[in-house]
Amino acid sequence: MDWKRYLFIALIIIALFSVVIFVGKTQTPPLVIAMSMLATTLMVATPLTLGALSGVFCETSAVINIGIEGMMLAAAFFGWLAAIYMNTIFGYEPMPSLITGVVVAVLTGGIFGLLLAVLSITFKVDQIIGGTVVNMLAIGITGFLNRQLFFEKNSVFGGQVPHAPGTLPIIHLPVPKVVGGVCSLFTADGCPTFANALGKVFDQRPIAILAIVLVFVSHYVIFHTRWGLRTRAVGEHPRAADTVGINVTRVRYINVVIGGLLAGLGGAYFTLESVPSFEPLMTNGRGFIALAAMIFGNWTPIGSWAAALVFGAAQAMQINLQFFRDLIPPAWSFLQQSYIVGLTPYLLTMLILTGIVGKTVPPAADGQPYEK
Amino acid sequence: MSAEKRIVLQAKGITKRFPGVLANNKVNFDLREGEIHVLLGENGAGKSTLMNILYGLYQQDEGEIFIDGQPVRIQDPTDAIHHGVGMVHQHFMLVPVFTVAENIMLGAERLHQGSQGREPERPWWKRGFFNGLQNLERLERKQVSARIRAISRQYGLEVDPDAIVGDLPVGVQQRVEILKALYRQANILILDEPTAVLTPQEAEDLFRIMRDLTARGVSIIFITHKLKEVLAVADRITVMRAGEVVGHTTPQESDEQQLAAMMVGREVILQVEKADANPGEVVLEVNDLRVNDSRDLPAVDGVSFSVRAGEVLGVAGVQGNGQTELAEAVTGLRKAVGGAIRLAGHDILNKPPRPITEIGMAHIPEDRQRHGLVLSYTVADNLILCDYYKPPFSQRGVLQNQAIDENARRLIESYDVRTPSPYVPAGKLSGGNQQKVIVARELSRNIKLLVASQPTRGLDVGSIEYIHKEIIAMRDRGIAVLLISAELDEILALSDRIAVMYRGQIVAVVNNGQLTREQLGLLMAGSPPAEVGLSL
Repeated sequence: MDWKRYLFIALIIIALFSVVIFVGKTQTPPLVIAMSMLATTLMVATPLTLGALSGVFCETSAVINIGIEGMMLAAAFFGWLAAIYMNTIFGYEPMPSLITGVVVAVLTGGIFGLLLAVLSITFKVDQIIGGTVVNMLAIGITGFLNRQLFFEKNSVFGGQVPHAPGTLPIIHLPVPKVVGGVCSLFTADGCPTFANALGKVFDQRPIAILAIVLVFVSHYVIFHTRWGLRTRAVGEHPRAADTVGINVTRVRYINVVIGGLLAGLGGAYFTLESVPSFEPLMTNGRGFIALAAMIFGNWTPIGSWAAALVFGAAQAMQINLQFFRDLIPPAWSFLQQSYIVGLTPYLLTMLILTGIVGKTVPPAADGQPYEK
Repeated sequence: MSAEKRIVLQAKGITKRFPGVLANNKVNFDLREGEIHVLLGENGAGKSTLMNILYGLYQQDEGEIFIDGQPVRIQDPTDAIHHGVGMVHQHFMLVPVFTVAENIMLGAERLHQGSQGREPERPWWKRGFFNGLQNLERLERKQVSARIRAISRQYGLEVDPDAIVGDLPVGVQQRVEILKALYRQANILILDEPTAVLTPQEAEDLFRIMRDLTARGVSIIFITHKLKEVLAVADRITVMRAGEVVGHTTPQESDEQQLAAMMVGREVILQVEKADANPGEVVLEVNDLRVNDSRDLPAVDGVSFSVRAGEVLGVAGVQGNGQTELAEAVTGLRKAVGGAIRLAGHDILNKPPRPITEIGMAHIPEDRQRHGLVLSYTVADNLILCDYYKPPFSQRGVLQNQAIDENARRLIESYDVRTPSPYVPAGKLSGGNQQKVIVARELSRNIKLLVASQPTRGLDVGSIEYIHKEIIAMRDRGIAVLLISAELDEILALSDRIAVMYRGQIVAVVNNGQLTREQLGLLMAGSPPAEVGLSL
């Protein structure tokens, strides 16, 4: 990733933040708005980040994954199902139920990843079609089971949506204390406004924090380990990898399953961290936006994350503008229409994919089955 | 010969069948310590199959392989590497976006620690989680680079371990391939047509490196179909034809003519016979042409030349010096950014291919499978690709099968295309016959100019002979020929005048015979004309 791309990303994020700060500045201090925007951005970027990482692992080994959307949707459903099963049917506490839910979601993603791997690596099905199969299957299964389990009288849940075990709790990282401590070395009061505002940014739930950790773990794995070197070789020039004794099929299988597991964790965000419920089609195109983030991020973990934050910021703008609805000046009244603001992530996707900041380069063998 | 050296590698009775083809039939081959053993044969003679068996990419159906006298089973490249066999492939097995060091360590990341890179014989799912975790160890780039520097010093193979491979010249990339094998402690090196991509000077360098290596005890199998090279470097020669070994010889006992006859199985005329040219009026005139490549960088940078009726202008140059873009601009496949091109008095700069074709241009493209043929179409359909929209092949927008069929049968007959029927997909034919389909289509029309790009690349001696004859026949009929070839021998054999292209410019245009091979080689490698002894 070149610096121009990061600069572009930074500019868009600043622009999106500025809109909200501009609207709300009469009511709330800009610092507080900025920090609250940052907190929301990091939160809502979570499934995009994880989806993009899923794409990075698959495509670095040259398997195109357009099934991220489906993997996340299926994981969201089965993770949630596992959590309420544990909670209502088996009677476990909410916390172990939720953790089980996350594990099941991750495994669901892995199974769908395995399906994509079997289709595209073993049976050499066109990878776009393979990914579409995953998406359609996920929509079908989740829609059908959702209906059968929760809206049929004679199902285990007796025809109604049971009480959910809630969502994963916020982890309060001790950032305000640390910042306050450092700050008090220089000022008398320890600048509580800044420390508290900053602290809010780090008040995140576990999957959001894990996603950011995984960005850097993925970067390390792909660029600094033996596995990463082999994976990139398989994605760039599989035959070269084969001639030095690397099992191309095996490397691709493992990477696609890793991709599935990551998408599964992204799916868990929807039903176990963001909201305590499931709705059909609730991923709402996030898997495809994640794919755009991966492309804009030049198939690298850190680049993809930066791009995911752009989309996150767009969504954060939509969310935060709602608080300041009445303050929007009449000239900007179109911003009051939340569905117009809600278009921003999708418009940004199109804008970014037109390649206005230069084209990115996919792995050379991306999308091609390997024939000996 | 003095005392016979020890045999390091021996293949006995190797047989390999592919569906419908007997690729290797009871082949025997041996390699002695510190020798260069040339394996000579045409495309499809089974050389590469044999080497791929020795390197573990294929398994033989019958026969045995011995290394240092021990019978071995080579099931995959890892086995071959383990037994000290290294291979430099014709198409480099290098990842262009990786550094030299990354390419060399790939697959042997822990080699410097003393292990030979062979993991225990267990299927991967039984290797256990902790074994898998070794994959997450940090790459030791520094140590690997240091070791590469040491090896390159030891063998005189200059290369910077931290350079990106894609930025390196082809000759250096080849050194990286050789280093890759040496890094894995190979003492048997297979070089598969290594000179196909090199300039004459780079080839000389390679031969020097090969002799250095053999002096240090490395044994080399050298695969080629270029006869001059064989005589220059070989200690022993084995000739293969149609999957069988047809003879052994040494450079002292044979000459080019004899080797060619062994290779093809009949007498071959190596020299193209041609009378002096009889040039007429100018057919193609190119003036200050400028063309950019796919990355929008200048590829052809102010080129001017003309080709007369009845002469062959050969454009010599190492691949990637703008010849491809030049041919594409002249044939209308690529937009030029400036200059002028006139064909028989018409301005054809940036015109689409169809009007240019209609004026009388024939094009034998560089990449026959991508630009010359529609591989999934039948031979008959491929033969009308230039004229399908005109009568007699098309009447009021409907294709006329009878005319197409007659055309196909006539051309297949007169151009000797070996195909079971006109209705076989072109992709099923051999390379030589595919090229004949293109030649038949292009030359059977009423043309004024023939642009032939690498017309014999990858073809067997017989097909090369045929296509060379056709090109000279066209010239003698008064057609202007622009020949673009990376094979200096081909340029010398066919051209009346030679233009040397280097970095997008024509550095010299000379009459054939005015300069020696060596002088042309120097020009192709970028020496200024004055230094070569040419006053312009």
